[in-house]
Amino acid sequence: MVVWTDFERTAIQDIFSKIDYAVVGQAAFSRCLIVYPWTKRYFGGFGNLYNAAAITSNPRVASHGKVIMEALEKAVKDMDNIKATYAELSALHSEKLQVDPDNFMLLGHCLTIVVASQLGKAFTPEVHAAFQKFLAVVVSSLRKQYY
Amino acid sequence: MSLGDKDTVKAFWANVAGKEEQIGCDAVSRMLTVYPQTKTYFSHWKDLRPGSAPVRKHGATVMTAVTDAVSKIDDLTGGLLSLSELHAFTLRVDPANFKVLAHNLLVVLATVFPNDFTPEVHVAMDKFLAAVACALSEKYR
Repeated sequence: MVVWTDFERTAIQDIFSKIDYAVVGQAAFSRCLIVYPWTKRYFGGFGNLYNAAAITSNPRVASHGKVIMEALEKAVKDMDNIKATYAELSALHSEKLQVDPDNFMLLGHCLTIVVASQLGKAFTPEVHAAFQKFLAVVVSSLRKQYY
Repeated sequence: MSLGDKDTVKAFWANVAGKEEQIGCDAVSRMLTVYPQTKTYFSHWKDLRPGSAPVRKHGATVMTAVTDAVSKIDDLTGGLLSLSELHAFTLRVDPANFKVLAHNLLVVLATVFPNDFTPEVHVAMDKFLAAVACALSEKYR
């Protein structure tokens, strides 16, 4: 059972209320494909992902970035039930998409960096720690259905 | 690292001049706060809180070393030999932690240089810090 302090709850909800899902989603997801290029293996149908310029201007990357943020919002809205919230998504990533779960935190790193650049000083070490804990719970829940 | 990566790292790192203490302090503070298992290496410090005197001092030490590594980017293994021996024989830091500090440094760079820390700079810096970590691990076994 994940126990959230009041500070952590507020910090995470605050972050998600401040960010633009389309902007942050596109930035984080495209950064993931650029910085960790092996992650492109899961997006063969996305068209031109050849280089950073192509990835940054790819409309499917942009829309999928938003999809990811909207999925994360589900966890933010029900922080005490993240495992249950992601049961189906976990099965999807494991059985259908067959994503190596080590990749989840790579996207997490990129999201952290984009959020940090958006919030600047407001992304204090304490807020950063809360966000990292949230991502760790999300990643753990997404790993649950793998066997 | 390609020649392009090295040029990108050198050009971007020039922005850091004058801000080493602030950036180093923030990176170490974050590492200790966000990844508390790293505190185990600093049990000899009186104060492990973000921005404390030992944290600030160590942040400066780390940044001096990274700046030095940038200047030795063409031969990191040779250039970081004595640092590798220090980490291997004296400090005995689990090399997995190098990645942790590197990530926190990248987060700080993103907060300080939101416009300059582009995806292209990010990947070059990530590769550079991974190469530094590799050079630091050379003498372990």
